[in-house]
Amino acid sequence: MDTRDTPEQAELRRSARQLARELGPATVADLDDAPRRERLAAAVRDAGWLELRDDAGDGTPLASGVEAAIVADALGGAAADVAFAGRVLAADLARRAGVSDRAGAVVAFSAAIVDAAIEPGAETARAMYAVDVDEALDSAYVLAPDGAEYRLARVRSRGAPGASGGSDLTRAIRVFPPGSVVHPAETGGLLTGDDLAAWSALGLAITSADLVGVMRGVLDVTAAYATERRQYGVPVGSFQAVQHLLAEARCLMEGSLSVALHAAWAVDNLSPLEARSAGRVAKAYSARAARTVCETAVQVHGGIGNAWECVAHVYLRRALLSSRWFGDDSFQLRELSRERLEVADGLS
Amino acid sequence: MDFRDSPAEAEFRGRLRSWLAQYNPGLPASSTDDEYWARQAEWHTALYDAGFFGLSWPARFGGHDLPTVFDVILDEEIATAGAPPRPSLGYLVQGISSHGNEAIKDRFLPGLISGRDRWCQGFSEPDAGSDLASLRTTATRAGGEYVINGHEIWTSYSDVADWCILLARTEPDVAKHKGLSAFAVPMRQPGIEQRPLRMINGITTEFGQVLFDGARVPAANMIGEPGEGWRIAMTIVSHEREPGELGYVARYAKTVKELEHAVRAGPADFRSDQREAVAWARVQTEMLRLHVCRRLSERLEGVEHGPGGSIDKLLMTWVEQTVGSAALAVSGSNAVVDADDVALKVYLYSRAQSVMGGTSQIQKNIIATRILGLPAG
Repeated sequence: MDTRDTPEQAELRRSARQLARELGPATVADLDDAPRRERLAAAVRDAGWLELRDDAGDGTPLASGVEAAIVADALGGAAADVAFAGRVLAADLARRAGVSDRAGAVVAFSAAIVDAAIEPGAETARAMYAVDVDEALDSAYVLAPDGAEYRLARVRSRGAPGASGGSDLTRAIRVFPPGSVVHPAETGGLLTGDDLAAWSALGLAITSADLVGVMRGVLDVTAAYATERRQYGVPVGSFQAVQHLLAEARCLMEGSLSVALHAAWAVDNLSPLEARSAGRVAKAYSARAARTVCETAVQVHGGIGNAWECVAHVYLRRALLSSRWFGDDSFQLRELSRERLEVADGLS
Repeated sequence: MDFRDSPAEAEFRGRLRSWLAQYNPGLPASSTDDEYWARQAEWHTALYDAGFFGLSWPARFGGHDLPTVFDVILDEEIATAGAPPRPSLGYLVQGISSHGNEAIKDRFLPGLISGRDRWCQGFSEPDAGSDLASLRTTATRAGGEYVINGHEIWTSYSDVADWCILLARTEPDVAKHKGLSAFAVPMRQPGIEQRPLRMINGITTEFGQVLFDGARVPAANMIGEPGEGWRIAMTIVSHEREPGELGYVARYAKTVKELEHAVRAGPADFRSDQREAVAWARVQTEMLRLHVCRRLSERLEGVEHGPGGSIDKLLMTWVEQTVGSAALAVSGSNAVVDADDVALKVYLYSRAQSVMGGTSQIQKNIIATRILGLPAG
């Protein structure tokens, strides 16, 4: 056992953080800087990060869940407004299904944004939400039932693509309204329960890593603010009341990192069900932690923390989406209690 | 990054698992029972004699020179077997190894590690709790000895200890952090009076008060140099805050396993909030296990004595108190109608974790100023 990064992983972590810091939004106003956003998107594309989970040629992914999580952590840390996870998760699902045509694809989720399953039929019965999209897209992957299993299908809206939006100011969501057309995939095979568990494990690992990054990023910003902002003639960060909030937040971030690293490693090294459970543990812990840490950041910023111009809410909003995506802490606790407590005794 | 066992680790795990299956210490199920702690010495010796204790410590002192991460395996297998946690001595070993001279190390480490000698730690006084450096116990030179006078409190297992690592003021006229020295004091001598304390959960074998009234310690038993006591204390308490040194992951995992077992035996008897309290305790315990994997991996190339233990201590405290609350939740009203309810004792015991080894408030001060770099108040 050695849970440290390999030299290659450490280098990826360093370079991804540097890139995200240099090209990510430093202020709320930066979110409107289109040329910067394009430079960031180009840099992420050129680094090959969108292909991390593509087929290496033998059915296995080009890179492991650890590399995907390292990039997610770095992008979360800078609240980087660039599509990454949506594309990587779509590529992973397509690879598992053996579907070859997947350029630019993303996955559309049902309203809970936990799974991508639709009901049988030629059109959708409910709205579907494509998460983390970066350009005009007219279709997204969904999972069409086939007996007890699923096939990858594409959903296409009848009119213009659905309105983009969502509460996260750094990652867009597109809506496919009910009645969108379902096109069965032309290639590819059945996705089994194991395939979907393994895919969820990756989704849980990536969103947990994003939350770890969000916590680190917002804490850096907030500790710097607490050092510089003065009241009563001293920095507010010199008051124990403020120090203790930030110290707790730091601990929550460290604990989240420990579970998120394991979840990322588990994706390609444990059985699909074990990997998904590891992801559930990571997500339950880090979603709860991130909510507290981001709320602390807003609080420590005081009045300005409640103003649109303060970057703290950009992180909080990002945390809300990453927490929900693949299921939030309450959802994971329910699933974990089902897995561990409602079965015959005999688990270790 | 690899969480898997290496071949050597897998071999060790297999050997340990077979031994644990065979060797049943027959201890009470709960760490909140006096007998459980009273028989720690027996468990220590059994683990040590079978070759499963002191894994990462030098073979020269009775350890096994194994990489730090072997302790993760030990804690995992102990929890799975439902056995008691390993003795929590790592921080004393770190303190003596880092500051003691060769003679001190040769003389004291083998007995400490093997369990042949039992140790306690005298750092707290009635008027020196968080403000450790204000302690008033004195050690006055008299020929080849020092004479000890003072009052120690919260001294765990003092009544069964052969030795006490004691912090005492040797130079009364210098700044308070500078006049302290550390000693290995023999506990079985006239001039030492034991006054056990009862904890809020009723156990009496853990907390102690020790009165030193002219007790004697040879000058050769000083650990480190005169005046080095504060630094030694800081080394020891920094490691006393680390779950990787304490082995507490096994204790929490064992309790959670018992709670899961209780719920699985009759799921319909438990509300969803009770089940989710257990699931959250599982998540917290798993977090601590993985956090220790990370911390002990970071030590594969050597131990540092830094403020990071304060983060680990807070995380560990939250885990212990989450597990304690889950036990209370699962027990339901039994915890209020039955004073002997085990869950009640687990819960009450858990409240001490945010005080012992440095309060949570002290840990937060350390994290804020030494890790986050916030200005001192």
